[in-house]
Amino acid sequence: MQFIKDRFNYLFKSTKGLILVAIALIGLETALFGMLSGPMAEFGVRDVIVRVFKMDLIQAEREGRIIILYHSIAMAVIAIETYMITGLLKMKEFYKTAVRVLITVGYLFAMIFGMGFAYWGHNWALHGLYIAGLTLIFFAGVLLTIALWPWDKNYYQSDKSYARTKSGVDMERAAFFATALTTVISALFGAVPGSYYSNGFETFLAENVIRLPEKTAMQYSVIGHLHIMLALIAIMLTLIIGRWLNFKGNPAQDRHAADHSRHHVINLGVWGVVTPLEPIAHMIIYVGATPAMLGALMLVIFGWDKFIREGVAGIQKPGSWQKFKALLHDPLRFGPLWQMVFMNFTVSGIGIFYAVRLDEIFRMWPHREERIELTGHWHVLSAIIATIILLYYGDVIGLKGKLRKLYGWAIILLSDLAFASVTIFETKRLFISEATQQPLVNTVMVLMDFGLGMLLVVLAMVMVWRLLDLFKKKGRWMAEAEHELSEEVK
Amino acid sequence: MKRAIIVSLRGAFFATKQSLRTGRLLRAWSRYARSARYSTIALAMTLVILASCAPMNLNAPAPVYDTGVDPNAWATIPAGSFLEGQFDHPASIDYDYQMMVTDVTVAQYVDFLNKALADGTLKVDGDRIVGYYPGDEFHGAKHEIHIDAGDYIIVPTNDPASRFTFGGNKFTVKTGWENHPMTNVSWFGAWTYCGYNGWRLPTELEWEKAARGSGDDRPFPWGYDIARNNANFYSSRDPFEDMSAFGSRTTPVGFYNGQTYGSYVTLNSASPYGLYDMAGNVWQWIGDVLPGFSDRFMHGGSKDIYDMDLRIWVRNSATPTYYSPGVGFRCARNP
Repeated sequence: MQFIKDRFNYLFKSTKGLILVAIALIGLETALFGMLSGPMAEFGVRDVIVRVFKMDLIQAEREGRIIILYHSIAMAVIAIETYMITGLLKMKEFYKTAVRVLITVGYLFAMIFGMGFAYWGHNWALHGLYIAGLTLIFFAGVLLTIALWPWDKNYYQSDKSYARTKSGVDMERAAFFATALTTVISALFGAVPGSYYSNGFETFLAENVIRLPEKTAMQYSVIGHLHIMLALIAIMLTLIIGRWLNFKGNPAQDRHAADHSRHHVINLGVWGVVTPLEPIAHMIIYVGATPAMLGALMLVIFGWDKFIREGVAGIQKPGSWQKFKALLHDPLRFGPLWQMVFMNFTVSGIGIFYAVRLDEIFRMWPHREERIELTGHWHVLSAIIATIILLYYGDVIGLKGKLRKLYGWAIILLSDLAFASVTIFETKRLFISEATQQPLVNTVMVLMDFGLGMLLVVLAMVMVWRLLDLFKKKGRWMAEAEHELSEEVK
Repeated sequence: MKRAIIVSLRGAFFATKQSLRTGRLLRAWSRYARSARYSTIALAMTLVILASCAPMNLNAPAPVYDTGVDPNAWATIPAGSFLEGQFDHPASIDYDYQMMVTDVTVAQYVDFLNKALADGTLKVDGDRIVGYYPGDEFHGAKHEIHIDAGDYIIVPTNDPASRFTFGGNKFTVKTGWENHPMTNVSWFGAWTYCGYNGWRLPTELEWEKAARGSGDDRPFPWGYDIARNNANFYSSRDPFEDMSAFGSRTTPVGFYNGQTYGSYVTLNSASPYGLYDMAGNVWQWIGDVLPGFSDRFMHGGSKDIYDMDLRIWVRNSATPTYYSPGVGFRCARNP
């Protein structure tokens, strides 16, 4: 009994255990449900999975199924970020415990019952429990926002090397707070249309209605919601990585710019899509997104400079090659920031090009081609977020030596290979005709599948190792149960 | 120019030779490919990337099958109600109408091109055939483009993916593709063909009813599920596709009628009103012109798309000048 109790305490009471459970569940869900579409469907794997697991897939409900699938994965990702925030930032113990309990029960409900409802027939009790799960997560978000209140003097920043106001308000904490607050508010933009389901609101995927000249207010609300939520998840993760790397520095203006950027993108940007400001919403988003990207750039400059300085410490006149080696020395620390840079080639750059040349190029393509570009765009962004989490997780579980390098570089190289291939695939109409595309499509598909497939294999190996570790009397889990993320800020 | 290329090549050759002589390149290579594993991975990656540059034979031979389905046949769809769209909204069409049992074939369209070119309905304009369209009303909506009265592209004359050739004054069907759906035809080309014959393009509602029937809420013309031998879609493994080479190609109209072609067994996939290929093979242009929206809709999915996009209500759209090897059409008429 004690054996189970100890493991349970580790998995559901410690930060690292909670993160492990969520990553394992996301990995399982991705591996299983990823078999139902794309090349896996093409190879016939989907039919086998449907048969073996006795799934009940109704053709007319595909969009609804996918929406629940996205939500169940996103909720687990939000839970991981919440565990990290509550592990990294100071807050009252009551809030920390309450937030974790609520969000854990919430995402487990959303994932288990949501997927049960979506893929195994329509038991409406499961749907109710799925909604209950989402509600718990919402409430956890409200509590987290309260817990992060930056104007509590207990959390004022006394160290002047960190971003702070004259009175001492910790700007980093304020950024966490603002992101949490806006995430909670933005969730409502999805919840409200959802509550009108089958009462004036019908399920749709945003990429399918993108070209329709007239959209309903609720459609705009959902489109705004999905953009906001993904952006906020990415911004929150940037904040988390910044905290992990102990983001600070001498040029105070840079720090402020970086921290404030998150406010700006949220406050100025995305809500406009859903309001009467819709006609100029994109302009507002650009205004908000620019400082957000600037903020990420500040973090990258800070981080890379730090890695180089640490790496060449002791060398009197380090050369370029030594600096370069120092930069790449630790893939788990270099990786998250590199992925933010790489994102500019595969997501932001493409998105900006898309926006600038929309009418001249992309609206000349058929809608289905535009849809490929859109879905590729946000799939890559989501996957980049996942890889950054996995890289940080590698450090969280204390990978060292060759294993650390192998794990880190495998994630960076395999994912970037896949993302680059997706980017070529989604933009292929710019340089190849429909009639002659097949060899190119085959190649990028192989590279994409290889990259993502091997990435999942690496993750599976780590998860199996962690599973086996749980059976050890004095396994790694014992040390992890006691450690908090705030103790491991680099 | 030629001289510059020769000088550059010569320079590169001597530089490489010199490097090889000093062993620099070999040493560099051995540093990076110290282990056999790295070389194998590098070789595999190179091969994969080179494969993407392989030239494609757009006129690779295709099997020739007679499906027995008459492309000149029409099906009558009676007036009445049916369930429209993904969410089964009750809808009604209060008149009888007819739709072609199959997509317009390459042979049918080439006949039209020759006739219409001869009588002046169409004309040659550079590397395209153009025809007159009276224009759309402009509403100034976001992303709307002006479509004024004037000549617009019907078909391109020099696209290697077309299943016809143009000799300057006469069109000819490429051998073996006579009974395949006409592709590489713009919306203007489809609109003109139907109008030339006294017919019209179907409205979206007419198309959906013809595909679904009026009895139930089926997502596919033949029923509720889709198998690979129901329709021609991406990687459906029909005898006309080779995903390792040229990809998916069109199947003859009416191919999925329950017949066996060689060793390939098809399922009878006609719609409740007896229309073939209402899912898969080629997208079909729809006649509707929406105010403030210059795109034209297409329905039915195509050989280039996964099975879920063959569901009856799934839309595609493009500017009316767009043409592709995956887009065709069929006409409607009042009886």
